[in-house]
Amino acid sequence: MASVALTHLDPASRAAARGWSDLTIRNLFIIPTLVFLIVFNIFPLIYSLGYSFTNFAANRTEPWQFVGLQNYRELLSDDHIWSNFVITAKYVIVSVAGQMIVGFGLALLLNRSFPMKGLITTLLLLPMMMSAAVVGLFWQLLYSPSWGPINYVFGLGDFAWLSNPDSALYAVAITDIWMWSPFVMLLSLAGLSAVPQHLYEAAAIDRAGWWYTFTRITLPLVSPILLIALIFRTMEAFKTFDIAYTMTTQPTAELIAIRLYKQAFQQWDTGKSCALAYIVLIMVLAITNLYVKYLNKVKER
Amino acid sequence: MRKIVTSVIAGIGLALACGTSVRAQDKELTIFWAEWDPANYLQELVNDYTAETGVKVTVQTTPWPDFQTKAFTEFNAHGDAYDMVVGDSQWLGAGSTQGHYVDLTDFFNQHKLGDVMAPATIKYYAEYPGGSGKYWAIPLEGDAIGWSYRKDWFEDPKEKEAFKAKYGYDLAVPTTYAQLRDIAEFFHRPDQKRYGIAIYTDNSYDAMAMGVESSIFSHGGDLGDYATYKVDGIINSKEAVAGLEMYKELYKFTPPGWGKTFFVEDNQAITGGLAAMSMNFFAFFPPLVNKATNPYADVTGFFANPAGPDGKRFAALGGQGISVVSYSKNKDESMKFLEWFIKDETQKKWAELGGYTCSQAVLKSESFQNATPYNKAFYDTMFMVKDFWATPEYAEVLDQLNQNIYPFVVGGKGTAQEALDKTAADWKATFTKYNRYK
Repeated sequence: MASVALTHLDPASRAAARGWSDLTIRNLFIIPTLVFLIVFNIFPLIYSLGYSFTNFAANRTEPWQFVGLQNYRELLSDDHIWSNFVITAKYVIVSVAGQMIVGFGLALLLNRSFPMKGLITTLLLLPMMMSAAVVGLFWQLLYSPSWGPINYVFGLGDFAWLSNPDSALYAVAITDIWMWSPFVMLLSLAGLSAVPQHLYEAAAIDRAGWWYTFTRITLPLVSPILLIALIFRTMEAFKTFDIAYTMTTQPTAELIAIRLYKQAFQQWDTGKSCALAYIVLIMVLAITNLYVKYLNKVKER
Repeated sequence: MRKIVTSVIAGIGLALACGTSVRAQDKELTIFWAEWDPANYLQELVNDYTAETGVKVTVQTTPWPDFQTKAFTEFNAHGDAYDMVVGDSQWLGAGSTQGHYVDLTDFFNQHKLGDVMAPATIKYYAEYPGGSGKYWAIPLEGDAIGWSYRKDWFEDPKEKEAFKAKYGYDLAVPTTYAQLRDIAEFFHRPDQKRYGIAIYTDNSYDAMAMGVESSIFSHGGDLGDYATYKVDGIINSKEAVAGLEMYKELYKFTPPGWGKTFFVEDNQAITGGLAAMSMNFFAFFPPLVNKATNPYADVTGFFANPAGPDGKRFAALGGQGISVVSYSKNKDESMKFLEWFIKDETQKKWAELGGYTCSQAVLKSESFQNATPYNKAFYDTMFMVKDFWATPEYAEVLDQLNQNIYPFVVGGKGTAQEALDKTAADWKATFTKYNRYK
């Protein structure tokens, strides 16, 4: 497609008049992006891999030493870090499952014509357009046992959502569900509207029930796009920092990204934090790969 | 193509040229501090310097939780964005040993600042290592933990009578932690939406540590031997354990959801009529005597941190000294500014604007002590302060303390002894890692 467009440079265009070839134009567009990627993404990625094998600390002037796999060994045998991973796993499962259920449910409700559908859909999309830090601060107020409306509405009295070590993580997950369900809803809605109407008509003629239609027509046809939503949300949830950081300081809600931030920018343990960042990266890649494999299988069907 | 490239390069060059020429023409100094009222007072103060000398001084601020991270990111990059920084007392170790701060020893001795500033402020805001006679900062803002309380609740005859009947002594400003606890318990009435006490529990920086260490110090405990780095048997001594247990006890009488609180929440506890007593740094007290920000301003009183069971009385030190950043391009100009800042009349003006001067002469003056309802308590406190570790690895040490005490105080997990034993072990490992036991 791109090559077709490139071979048809209009001879009367200004670019052609200046003697620019297709190649020049292509380079003009691609090179800045490539340079940007290499300088700000690929170079730091490789550089930090190097750091992860050293005891380098950015706030110290002493020369650093190569320590081999020591950082990785220490991290993987550190109980604190494992508990951070367990917390993160719980958070990802609860928040992504919640978003999939709520998001897809909303999409099913919206996938019909009714008055003011456009307005309602737009309003439902608002949460994901807000900054995560702002959402965190607002929900901190909503959860407040002294003046927050949540306890008032549900009659929960003085229940301290964020100060209770057992509920803090789930309180953050609920906020994340509120914020990101619209994203799943949007993708699901796109998937649902792409299901050919004649399939439903055929099912109706065959007197298929609602559940049968849903499990045999709707779900199989929407599942590839649902899986894409799942991949995006899992990756994002795994990296969550802002919402959790602004809402609570409970160690029981300390996600791996927060631990990484503290290690890198409060303790300045640069070498070790690079190693931790790599461990997180490998985990995210592994999970994403599993999903992508499954997605390809679903698409083949 | 060549035309475009040439014009873009020319444009960038022009922009750079304009930028540098503006910098060269006007002398400008930038002071970096946290975002709070004293920084606004400082900006007001330095405007006088601009009027006198024509040198523009800007006080740049950032919210407290980012303060340390932002400052050290700039230091570590050897950046010259800030000429001076009003850094936390704990930063002295890293600032001096890593070459971020300019050595001010000669300046200090030349102006005999040892006699001018209050002794505690020199010990904790300026000197590193302790007792070395090397100075890295000029004490700028003195600060320590103090308390505000609801005078009307304390003076209500019915409350006084009920208190005496329950505890057997008169309800008054607490002078011991035991009394503080009793009063907190007495006023803790969740059914009336009234609570006993507001304390610091935020563990993202040093808030909770400051509250806990005040209690540990007053109970006769210590964090460790700052000279030898010995921690085992000190931070987990029975006195320190008693101090931490007391803090946990006080947490029982806080308003609900008091798990991530610092100065804003603790002041809200008073302005919102929530709590009888509230812990805070003195620097955060000005809004409490202002009717516009505190509807209970007329009935809000202040007292210094109470004593422990053996009569020992200490408070955690806050406050900052001003240091010259060694990567600044305006070091000479900054030194001239400091010379102006330490003048008696400047210090007097600084106190009048609301800054907590560290100048002994101003502190001792009647006019200072009577200027606000809390200045007297501040003066008393500045002679009984102790500080946290100031070693270069203090951030790591602070995080370990937070990790261990927070689950005990707020989460109710484990015991005080277990939390502090773990802290002793973590600190020992950290100090070993940095070769502190040579």
